[in-house]
Amino acid sequence: MKDNTRKMIYTVILSVVCILWVLPVLAVAVNSFKVNTFVKTDTFSLPTGEMFAGFSNFIKGMTFGNYPFYKSVLYSVVITFLSVALILLFTSMAAWYIARVDNLICRIVYFLCVFSMVVPFQMVMFTLSKTADKLRLNTPFTIPIVYLGFGAGLAVFMFVGFVKTIPLEVEEAAAIDGCGPVRTYFLVVVPMLKPTLISVGILELMWVWNDYLLPYLVLDINEYRTIPIHIQYLKGSYGTVDLGATMALILLSIIPVIIFYLACQKYIIKGVAAGAVKG
Amino acid sequence: MKKKRSKTPRESIRKHFLLFMGPVLAAFSIGFVWPFIQGIYLSFCKFRLIKDAKFIGISNYVKALSDDSFMYSFEYTAVFAIVSLILINVLAFTVAFILTQNIKGSNLFRTVFFMPNLIGGIVLGYIWAMIFDGILSRYSTSILLETKYGFWGLIILMIWQQVGYMMIIYIAGLQAVPDDMIEAASIDGATRLQTLFRITIPNVMPSITICTFLSLTNGFKLFDQNLALTGGQPFIIQSDGSAIKTTEMIALNIFNTFYGSNKAATGVAQAKAVLFFILVAALGLYQLAVTRKREVQQ
Repeated sequence: MKDNTRKMIYTVILSVVCILWVLPVLAVAVNSFKVNTFVKTDTFSLPTGEMFAGFSNFIKGMTFGNYPFYKSVLYSVVITFLSVALILLFTSMAAWYIARVDNLICRIVYFLCVFSMVVPFQMVMFTLSKTADKLRLNTPFTIPIVYLGFGAGLAVFMFVGFVKTIPLEVEEAAAIDGCGPVRTYFLVVVPMLKPTLISVGILELMWVWNDYLLPYLVLDINEYRTIPIHIQYLKGSYGTVDLGATMALILLSIIPVIIFYLACQKYIIKGVAAGAVKG
Repeated sequence: MKKKRSKTPRESIRKHFLLFMGPVLAAFSIGFVWPFIQGIYLSFCKFRLIKDAKFIGISNYVKALSDDSFMYSFEYTAVFAIVSLILINVLAFTVAFILTQNIKGSNLFRTVFFMPNLIGGIVLGYIWAMIFDGILSRYSTSILLETKYGFWGLIILMIWQQVGYMMIIYIAGLQAVPDDMIEAASIDGATRLQTLFRITIPNVMPSITICTFLSLTNGFKLFDQNLALTGGQPFIIQSDGSAIKTTEMIALNIFNTFYGSNKAATGVAQAKAVLFFILVAALGLYQLAVTRKREVQQ
């Protein structure tokens, strides 16, 4: 009985905190339907009567900030998709090679990868952006190479850790059956790597999708913007900000993230926990 | 026979060095190794363009360390990191502890608490800027007008973002505590509080180590949220004309030195970046040492 009352109290407390946790997102949703001038004065009231703006904030937001929003979405999708694909393919291949061959070069590369995980981006941002510029890595279709380079550390580290737990016998059997290393890797190793591929994929996806500074420094901002850059520039471009339109764009940019989260919650939480424990 | 069998696959993999290692090595050199080496070198140079960099010894470091705004941002960041570390971990541990007590709907709670973690730093900054200004405008002030508003505003933002993340790690730790240990304690007549402090907390020490270091380094490396919420405002103009941005953290200070109005300060900015790297790397190494020591003890 006493135990039950305690649980009741816990549930009530958590429910209150839970509502507090959702409020900021609700505030964004509510204010995206509000006429701009009321966002600051009546942030916490519902958009009723003269405050209600309908979808005008969303329509305005599409071209707001001197750059079409759909283009930012498109570039964000392209950059994220290509970067995650490149990272998963090439770092897992390198990790398998490192774990299986294990000679001096492999150990040096592995050490450098672990080392790169403790280096903050500010340390390399200036020289990296100049190098990327020189090598023409400054478009949405080539910047994934930069992401592969700077993001390799964590991915290689996590893949090597996993490959070391796979018993050699399976690969040896494949080799005896006449599989070369390439076929062994793609037909035998990759299927076993699947859980780690998902974990690493989610970690890198979250990083690239939300990243602001790297694309801001590397891309030509007048031509290519990602969603975070677009939102940062809404404030930067004019003296006064249209808060209603800003909230509309923020809502549009977090809805897909929340849907993705609700759909793949299990994998996301697992992936994030794996990354934290190892990194 | 046995020796040959285990050696053959390894040898044949080795021949495919270019295919398996080539792409990562090339990208890693471009994206990390070369910029890192060049960055170390340039921190000892005076330059506007990289190609006419001139070696000048340690004077960039001297300038960086005697820059008031840099030292201010360092202290501000350290205080911020420690305050956020304590608050985030206490809250995350409490929530994780309650959620592992067989509460109804614990999955729903977990889902909601973790959700903010997926929203990017820039977007987070603007969401909270709107909320804080909505509250503060009633008292005819703004988050951009007072340092303490900016400080606590960023703390609240970070709590909202990070508690769910740390909670996940704590839940994993708490679930690994053997049930029979807790049962044995209660049979021996231990109170709930005694069980918590004598059994549960010692058993989740590895999770506590991970989370404290994670929140500490997250605090030190914070950039996007800082830029979007206050961008360093309010400013104090000093007698020599230079400005101290009172809510500017160390990463933002380095960024502003690189890309600010003073184009001759890029060398100093790179020196600051190297100092920042040493600080963050030292924290990382210290964490590794602490974790290793625990592993040996167990």
